[in-house]
Amino acid sequence: MTRFILRRLLTAIPTLFLIVTISFFLMRVAPGGPFNQEKGLNPAVIENLNRVYQLDQPLWSQYLHYLSNLLHGDLGPSYTRPDFTVTEMFATALPISIQIGTLALLLALTIGSVLGIIAALNQNRGLDYLVVATATAGSTIPTFVIAPLYQLTFALSLSLVPVAGWGGGALVNKIGPVLTLMLPQLAVVARLMRGAMIEALRAHHIRTCRAMGLSEVSVVCRHALRSAVMPVISYAGPAAASLLTGSVIVETIFGIPGIGRYFVEAALARDYTVVMGTVVVLAAFTILFNLIVDLLYAIVDPRVRHD
Amino acid sequence: MTETAPLAPGRSLWSDAWARLRANRAASLSALYLLLMALCCGIGPFVVPNDYTTIHQSYTKVPPRLSAYPTPEMIGPALDQVAKRARVEIRDWHETGGEITATLTAPRGVDDRAARYFDRSDLFDGATITPGAEVTTATLTARVERKWFLFGTDANGRDLLARTLVAGRVSLAIGLMAGLVAVVIGVLYGATSGFIGGKVDEAMMRVVDILYSLPFIFFVIMLVVFFGRNFLLTFLAVGAVMWLDMARIVRGQTLALKRLEFVQAAEALGVSRAGILRRHILPNLLGPVIIYMTLLVPTVIIMESFLSYLGLGVQEPMSSWGVLISQGAKNIPHANWLLAFPALFLISTLFALNFIGDGLRDALDPRDR
Repeated sequence: MTRFILRRLLTAIPTLFLIVTISFFLMRVAPGGPFNQEKGLNPAVIENLNRVYQLDQPLWSQYLHYLSNLLHGDLGPSYTRPDFTVTEMFATALPISIQIGTLALLLALTIGSVLGIIAALNQNRGLDYLVVATATAGSTIPTFVIAPLYQLTFALSLSLVPVAGWGGGALVNKIGPVLTLMLPQLAVVARLMRGAMIEALRAHHIRTCRAMGLSEVSVVCRHALRSAVMPVISYAGPAAASLLTGSVIVETIFGIPGIGRYFVEAALARDYTVVMGTVVVLAAFTILFNLIVDLLYAIVDPRVRHD
Repeated sequence: MTETAPLAPGRSLWSDAWARLRANRAASLSALYLLLMALCCGIGPFVVPNDYTTIHQSYTKVPPRLSAYPTPEMIGPALDQVAKRARVEIRDWHETGGEITATLTAPRGVDDRAARYFDRSDLFDGATITPGAEVTTATLTARVERKWFLFGTDANGRDLLARTLVAGRVSLAIGLMAGLVAVVIGVLYGATSGFIGGKVDEAMMRVVDILYSLPFIFFVIMLVVFFGRNFLLTFLAVGAVMWLDMARIVRGQTLALKRLEFVQAAEALGVSRAGILRRHILPNLLGPVIIYMTLLVPTVIIMESFLSYLGLGVQEPMSSWGVLISQGAKNIPHANWLLAFPALFLISTLFALNFIGDGLRDALDPRDR
């Protein structure tokens, strides 16, 4: 097991390295820079700024410089927010994104699974159709339609929650973002769980369980769930990553100072270090989530371990 | 004389699938709906009463209405407004059968050039001014210009119906083209990788794994932001990052196909590798590819709307459903039709595509049923 984890962590290094390299050069071949966005900036000032941030040096030396800083955990200064380093920006932004993302993921996994199981147990009956229809709607209606509708009903008409803003992390401010982030994932989880559960309930060992007189709860929750949960687990990895990335739109609509909003702003302003920092952090998260999923897989399904 | 019973015509996978698809009511209705949507968006902008770029200043944010504008209540205020601009006063006016007759007064006499001010308004047309009995009065006759805004207008006074249809054109085209780009790259990559196998396969799939851990949306945003907001580039960028799943699916299928007897038979008969790939592997991949493509198109459409929502997609005066929805979301409390119609078009199209995808999966891959 430890060898497995070690090997995966070792392969993560070249992956991260490649991602950093691709993003770095992709960004630099594009025209424009962080300081020629503002009109009327004196050329001498731009030159000085470029010198201060070492943007006047050849690209390869900038690249090596960035890499060595990165290895020391330094993501560099932000070009558009001169008083902040990228690390400082992330120190406040990342926890916010993670909080919303984690809440949304946990809710989507639990509620989605429960809905999926309910649908599977009532296959081709009213309740099943209801769940499937909701799931289809949930995965089809885009976030940027649901979010304004939520704001209209619960904030503007009913005045139950604030329209937008973070409010220092107050619960009422989180409801909207978490709900809108959760819904598409919940829909997919419910569909996956439904399909897997239907298949699992047809298996021979489940028939044996039933024949031996186990209670329905025990059959479903202890025996069928074990194999039905596999597709959901393998989906959870990409879902976790996409919850962090999917937060771009939610953070924009609800005006939340998370990492996704910074990224869009930074990309528009050619704030190289912030963009790079976001890509690195998110890639690291994606790799981490995939690793966790593989580990969970090995725990739930012993056959994987022997491969 | 021996009579052989006529052979029942053989049923190919495709005719079989076609029959199954036709029997699936949700899928065939969706296909019909999608065809209709494509037709509407393709031809619609030429047929609808207003152009999608024309700005109607007198009709900003008017609600949808099945009968023609202006409403009777709108004429009075509009007349007053124009009169103010033309520096005349309206003493009395009445409308009969779409003709306005008004008596104008001005302390220094009514200049007949004032008629231009009335013509310039979106409400009136063919205004003529005839001098009245006194020097300071004149009679204005003008036709009321009838305009249809079935979906209402946006904040700039542009016809939402025309805009929604033009936007649909862009959204559907991007969805289809980006889907095609993704499928072509994915199929070629996956089939090559799976067919060659061995070390090459391992290396090629490793690349896919690496690209997989790139944060996609961020990558697309980066591409779009740094290389210009251009229609062509948007869908190329989206297509270029969406091929990974396709490549994986196709590789898996190719690996499975390679072991089947008819491929081995072809190898034994000395068919070239390219020949096998073309004649035996690719046609058999078509099923999963088509299924995946119908599921990919909605994803791409959502992605494009998402980029447009952030202001990174299609630029004005062109629009896509994402652009319209983002404008609608900003106007939601007082002009909800701006969100309702584009959202309805987008969502119904996505639903239809999903139903077709599911139907195709059932039709082409009966094992899963």
